[in-house]
Amino acid sequence: MFLIHCPYCGEREQSEFKAGGEAHIVRPKQPTELSDDQWAEYLFMRKNIKGVQFERWVHTHGCRKWFNMVRDTSNDEIKAIYKMGEKPPTKYK
Amino acid sequence: MKNKYSIISLIKNSFSYHENWQKAWGDPDPKKEYDVVIVGGGGHGLATAYYLAKKHDMKNIAVVEKGWIGGGNTGRNTTIIRSNYLWDASAGLYDHALKIWENLSQELNYNVMFSQRGVMNLAHNLQDVRDLKRRTHANRLNGVDAVYLNTEQVKNFCPIINISPDIRYPVLGGTLQRRAGTARHDAVAWGYARGADEMGVDIIQNCEVKGIKRSGDGIEGIETTKGYIKTKKIGVVAAGHSSVIANMAGLKLPLESKPLQALVSEPVKPIIDTVVMSNAVHAYVSQSDKGELVIGAGTDDYVSYSQKGSHEIVEGTLNAILELYPIFSRMRMLRQWGGIVDICPDASPIISKTPIKGLYFNCGWGTGGFKATPGSGDLFAHTIANDEPHKLNAAFNLNRFVSGDLVDEHGAAAVAH
Repeated sequence: MFLIHCPYCGEREQSEFKAGGEAHIVRPKQPTELSDDQWAEYLFMRKNIKGVQFERWVHTHGCRKWFNMVRDTSNDEIKAIYKMGEKPPTKYK
Repeated sequence: MKNKYSIISLIKNSFSYHENWQKAWGDPDPKKEYDVVIVGGGGHGLATAYYLAKKHDMKNIAVVEKGWIGGGNTGRNTTIIRSNYLWDASAGLYDHALKIWENLSQELNYNVMFSQRGVMNLAHNLQDVRDLKRRTHANRLNGVDAVYLNTEQVKNFCPIINISPDIRYPVLGGTLQRRAGTARHDAVAWGYARGADEMGVDIIQNCEVKGIKRSGDGIEGIETTKGYIKTKKIGVVAAGHSSVIANMAGLKLPLESKPLQALVSEPVKPIIDTVVMSNAVHAYVSQSDKGELVIGAGTDDYVSYSQKGSHEIVEGTLNAILELYPIFSRMRMLRQWGGIVDICPDASPIISKTPIKGLYFNCGWGTGGFKATPGSGDLFAHTIANDEPHKLNAAFNLNRFVSGDLVDEHGAAAVAH
């Protein structure tokens, strides 16, 4: 359990949020032209990084808005939080 | 040769105050080259090495383990063994393992304390009842023993369950697999390690894999904290860290690693002589031979390698336990811990070749890998030795995420995720 600073509501308990998995996976622009391999890559394959990872989260029991988070999965330390549509902070790339 | 464990060896060693027992496995330095290197010295990895040596006549095998053997999820699970899964492919896989369990202590000459005390799965709503009845029928068609119990029969089998109709999630029925049960988790790792060591397998502890050296479409060797090891075949059985190893080889897997928690109570006299699981409220409980209640909680829903979980997960599980077993209300919990489980999108494992020649993965067991340990090792050894899957693990290939031929076992996997 840790605290998350929702960019809309401020600091709340992690249990108010739901993790939405890896961020910045772009939905295919032309789905009809995708091969089975490309679909598998989009739907199932994940980096699942041990270390700094870019994620999506949603404040389910709050404002219900989605946002992005940069988090170290080895110790759950949150490095940065930014809104949907904003560019990810470059220093964690 | 290992000296046989028996009543005679026990008496003999008592004369020397049990100080001269033969070492069960050695502590070798890695050789320059092996035919196969198994990454991960848990139950599955050690079983793989054991069956490679025993059934496939391979001798030059190493198991590399970053910590100590059996110190990962093998030592962190709730030791439940059952095979009542829904689909034909899963029934084949898990029942294969259960059949090996039934003779494992004799085979290894090591008491794995396999206890077929039965596993009961409870239904708490109408959909549970329908799903469990369907699963009972599916099990029986596949030769897996299963019976459906009504509420009274559940109470008869486990008298401490609260079957009052006015609790939040009343007990509407349940399934029972009598051949299912528990085993001693450490003994499984130790028994396989001893057996593998006897056949010449090098078990190398405190040896973390740092990189995989590729050559063309295959592999050349692995970098470890104990130096470079040349090998043409690598079998990765790294549970929660499977993606970390895969990333070293430039491979992505359909896995997410999450903390799964368990806890034990203070020891008490025998009170529950079976294993009771309920998916709907996420509570399952059994009693260890030491007398502790062994309670399984759920996973956190975010990726983490921190080997600890959130408090509210434990709280939720204990709420459910207390409603189902009011008799436990004043018991104190002794220890709580977390393990990192690698979860597949279809809640079924991957025992498979990969696009990289000589690189094999046995992963994705998620929240329920312990029960499959012997079968998983046997089938993975077959896959590595023949470069082809056995018919029992053919469905559990990596390519199913491309073909769409998934084995959806979310209903039978017991931990909701």
